[in-house]
Amino acid sequence: MTKEEILAAIPQQEPFRFIDRILELDEDHVVATYRYREDADFYRGHFPSRPITPGVILIETMAQAAVVALGLYLLHREDPDAKITTLFSHADVEFAGIVLPGTEVTTSAKKVFYRRRTLRVSAEMRLPGGSLVCAGTLSGTGVPL
Amino acid sequence: MNRQDIFDKIISILAPFIRNEDARDKISLKTHLLDDLKINSARLVDIILEFEDVFDIQIEDEDIDLVETVENAVQLIESKLGA
Repeated sequence: MTKEEILAAIPQQEPFRFIDRILELDEDHVVATYRYREDADFYRGHFPSRPITPGVILIETMAQAAVVALGLYLLHREDPDAKITTLFSHADVEFAGIVLPGTEVTTSAKKVFYRRRTLRVSAEMRLPGGSLVCAGTLSGTGVPL
Repeated sequence: MNRQDIFDKIISILAPFIRNEDARDKISLKTHLLDDLKINSARLVDIILEFEDVFDIQIEDEDIDLVETVENAVQLIESKLGA
């Protein structure tokens, strides 16, 4: 599948879609971007006087690129006819910076292993200037749709 | 390596993945990894990778589904070690 086909196959949709573009994708790695919309509902509460993107949303953003997009690519290579997607199952992430509304972030992830439809990646998210936002390992497992 | 050594090493490998604390000290060959120890099925691959590293063996992906109990794990490792 092409990058565009993988992007179209990602099941998460608004208001829980955190991937805009896939820049690079092969069997070993993925690079994707997302710009956090200023009007996202979670900013109203996190925090009322100073909106900052919640850490759980940053992890989900990394997962949609690193686990879902790369996972779908690998699953499709293995079985082009499978009606399956990758569900996020594990994360061990450290945060190094904050992300303000309107910021475009880049997630880069490298495959650690892919076995029995289970994918583990080493992933990181960076700001446009290259500053690290967060990094860690994430996993996901292929499940029938 | 005898069966008891294999069993002991398996228990050490499983330890960080056990979610049922009541079952931790009662593990036998018949103990079911998912039902009794409440190990997350998504972590089975981690356990298999640990088996490969600790016992210096290769386990085929299709063999992973055969490992339901501690005894299944012991038998799989014994077969790979040629014990």
